Amino acid sequence: MSENIKVVENATCTFCGCVCDDMILTVDLDEKRITKSKNACILGKAWFAEHYIEEDAPAAMIDNKPVSIEEAVEEAARTLVNARFPITYGLSDTTCEAQRQAVAITDSIKGNIDTTTSVCHGPSGIALQGVGESTMTLGEVKNRADLVIYWGGNPAESHPRHFGRYAVTAKGMFTPRGKKDRHVVVVDVRRTPSAPAANQFIQVKPGKDFEVLWALRALVKNRAIDPDIEAITGVSLETLQELVDRMKNCRYGVLFFGMGLTMTRGRHFNSGALLALATDLNEYTHFVAKPVRGHGNVTGADNVMSWQTGYPFGVNFSRGFPRFNPGEFTTVDLLAKQDVDAALIIATDPASNFPQAAIDHLAKIPVICLDTKTSHTSQLAHVAFRTSTYGINTEGTVYRMDDVPITLRKAFDSPFPTDEEILTAVKKRVRELVLAKGRARGATGESKAAAPVQAI
Amino acid sequence: MTECIQLAGGKVHDPANGIDGDIRDLYLEQGRIVETPSSKPRKIDVSGMVVMPGGVDIHCHIAGPKVNLARKLQPEDHRRDPHPGTEHTRSGAGGTVPSTFATGYRYATLGYTTAMEAAVPPIGARHVIEEFHDTPVIDKGFYVLLGNNIFLQQLIKAGRKEEFRHAVAWWINATKAYTAKLVNPGGDEPWKGKKNSNVKNIDEKSDAIEVSPRQVIESFIETVNDLGLPHPPHIHCNNLGHSGNFETTLETMKTAGDKRVHLAHIQFHSYAGEPGKNPKSASRQIAEYVNEHPNITCDVGQVMFGKSTIMTADAPLAYMLRGFKKAKWVNADTECESGCGIVPFSYQEHVYVHALQWAIGLELFLLSKDPWRIVLSTDHPNGGSFMSYPKLIRLLMDREFRREEIKRVNQKAINGTILNELDREYTLNEIAIITRAGPARALNLKNKGHLGPGADADITIYDEMDDKEAMFNAPRYVVKSGEVIIEDHEFRQDYYGKFLHTEPGYDESIVSEVRPFFENYYSIEFANYAVNDSYLHDHEVIPTV
Repeated sequence: MSENIKVVENATCTFCGCVCDDMILTVDLDEKRITKSKNACILGKAWFAEHYIEEDAPAAMIDNKPVSIEEAVEEAARTLVNARFPITYGLSDTTCEAQRQAVAITDSIKGNIDTTTSVCHGPSGIALQGVGESTMTLGEVKNRADLVIYWGGNPAESHPRHFGRYAVTAKGMFTPRGKKDRHVVVVDVRRTPSAPAANQFIQVKPGKDFEVLWALRALVKNRAIDPDIEAITGVSLETLQELVDRMKNCRYGVLFFGMGLTMTRGRHFNSGALLALATDLNEYTHFVAKPVRGHGNVTGADNVMSWQTGYPFGVNFSRGFPRFNPGEFTTVDLLAKQDVDAALIIATDPASNFPQAAIDHLAKIPVICLDTKTSHTSQLAHVAFRTSTYGINTEGTVYRMDDVPITLRKAFDSPFPTDEEILTAVKKRVRELVLAKGRARGATGESKAAAPVQAI
Repeated sequence: MTECIQLAGGKVHDPANGIDGDIRDLYLEQGRIVETPSSKPRKIDVSGMVVMPGGVDIHCHIAGPKVNLARKLQPEDHRRDPHPGTEHTRSGAGGTVPSTFATGYRYATLGYTTAMEAAVPPIGARHVIEEFHDTPVIDKGFYVLLGNNIFLQQLIKAGRKEEFRHAVAWWINATKAYTAKLVNPGGDEPWKGKKNSNVKNIDEKSDAIEVSPRQVIESFIETVNDLGLPHPPHIHCNNLGHSGNFETTLETMKTAGDKRVHLAHIQFHSYAGEPGKNPKSASRQIAEYVNEHPNITCDVGQVMFGKSTIMTADAPLAYMLRGFKKAKWVNADTECESGCGIVPFSYQEHVYVHALQWAIGLELFLLSKDPWRIVLSTDHPNGGSFMSYPKLIRLLMDREFRREEIKRVNQKAINGTILNELDREYTLNEIAIITRAGPARALNLKNKGHLGPGADADITIYDEMDDKEAMFNAPRYVVKSGEVIIEDHEFRQDYYGKFLHTEPGYDESIVSEVRPFFENYYSIEFANYAVNDSYLHDHEVIPTV
């Protein structure tokens, strides 16, 4: 360990959607490593400890051969502009500043843009569009919640500080005794490590979440439900009735939900049933709900997409304006249908986690990849950029799972450029090429230089 | 730098400088209006056209957490109204809650060059500024929600006026806001903490906070005036939308004494009748009070028929409106600071209440004696989209058109108003006041809303037409900071637009008071709360007065 040590206070961990911003990082500037991350959970400690800079790695490669960044930007821009159906995907592990550039590029090339939301809480976004939601920032839970229910998620392992910082043991204005002032329920298909943190665990048969949620809605409205509910769902009528009484009589109730709801059979119907349950309960008391989001800035991606295009994910610009259709304009679907002829992949590794049919197509088309490290996707990429890591080497803005924006602090410099810098350079070159292409078409009388507009 | 431009031969409406339709040339240089140009200007012939300062929207909801949530909520709102890009401009989505790019470009296509976002919770300040970076052409700023801030309410309760003043100023600086916004002051605590209830009158104290709305209102009026913020406290009164609420509105105005105050979307606060029953018009009582008190400015919050989106920090109100259709509804609580409700909505001609709201708004415009203190607004998108301003202008300027429109709406509602008896027609100069000069003055934007030397060269040029809706719908030229953005109705270039905020002074020692509260009750770190200067980009600090 060197003498050249720096301490960064109030730093932010972007590993998960909790986006804890109370990190105290000890940085060895000679070694370019974070040697200590006070306040971080086990996942955060690993995130910081395992971060190192591969000084010798090339910042840019074309077909796995090192090139200058300028050459790679030029090739990336040409590839995107020459494609007939280019897509942009990823975005949930980079800053909002980079995300804004990515949407701008996709708008210019009339491509398709989608984020990892489409494979995590996309169904919750669709459910929101159907039924709305009653929701809150996490500080409200800390200050007010006397009933907290986790459904289809295992924060003890996925979001380790969720309990202590926000929702279970956290002490707040009207909950000065922390957990003693709350009743905590975990609902899941199996007894996860989160269950012991709760006062009550309710086990639901796999695939029966919707039925349980719908039965709860009926009971809230004092309607009769199927007497065989226990045989169907594994949860007794008495348990459900007792939970309903608790929900109706609490002062401030919260339903957190995870991918156990959104990525199992029923998807947005499950999320919708849960959001509707929270809404129904507002006739009796104050009740809110919140998806427990995974990636560090997936919530920022939803926000940037929404403010720039009007839609949270799955957006297509092929007609010169944004259109939204999950199932059609979502990345897995587009790749599996083999419609796509170029891909800009930012801060994610679909080649390692997508369905095989989608990966197979990705391997056939030119891919432009921005990542902080070598990945399956970067290895099959035509153009690969190595970029600096957000929250460690890069400042910028991220949104916590409850839409609270937080400014990142840099721990130390990286020799690699930021996603924002690369994307801004690509955008600039893409715009030049698109305008030149438009003028060339105009000169030959094919169409006007201005964007052609088609009605829906 | 920008070229020098001569706008030659237009009919100039510049009420702030006493110019009412005179034929004059204007010279623009370096983003400003100048007496004489320093080099040979590019001449644009605008003879036969009407020249006005760029429009100023004093109250709209165009960026930030609740606006974006309303965008996410309504794909159906965007789908039928796409906003294609051009060679110079980005694409986007329209509807009542357009995407950021569409918002900026659409304001520009109406000749508006400044707009103020009217309600942002402090913790969302960073978000609104990020969206402003993607809201082109217009200059913009925002009002920060402080009326239900628990820390500030505790200072009021303790009678610590000095600390309250420093804390308000600290919050304005930390968020880079333009002024303080109060929405249903005192109503958040019963909503969040007492099973969705609300305060019923401005002297009722909620159990947890023990401060009445009147105490909050008084404290802010005194403090914001003391601090000299360019715009006084911007108040959304208690009891919005409820029958009989005009008395709350009058009490709120009386609380101000002779100090500056701005009443937001006053139409929604001008209802007589008994609570729980159908409202009646109280526009005469409200207009009379405003007319007689020069310290008061207001914007109307006109209702326009068709699709709207209710989005408000007044969460109990949104929940009440949700009750009518039981359709999708959003509630969003912000820790220690604010509430929020969103409901897709539509105003219909045949519905008594909607027709009455429409009529009350028009009555307020027509009964107002001082156009400098009543501003045209629809509380976009609550009363309707800002895209309906041209139609609203025609309703005010064209008596015959207004009569035809009156015939199309619920007559029982009209019969309870004096709208049919009001013959007044707004002149072009009066329109220039209520859409430009007046709001600029109410905001203390000394370089906006007029065309004198030194003013920002934000200028709109319309073809003069009999159909005022058509005229105000499509200016032929729009100039922003000396750049010709729209020429012959087409975008010729993109433009960024400035961010407007203010920086009142305060005693740094207040930080040691705010910090412990913050560390106990907020969920982010105090050091990460204030918005740092990296978010400012192109901005202007408007001085305190």
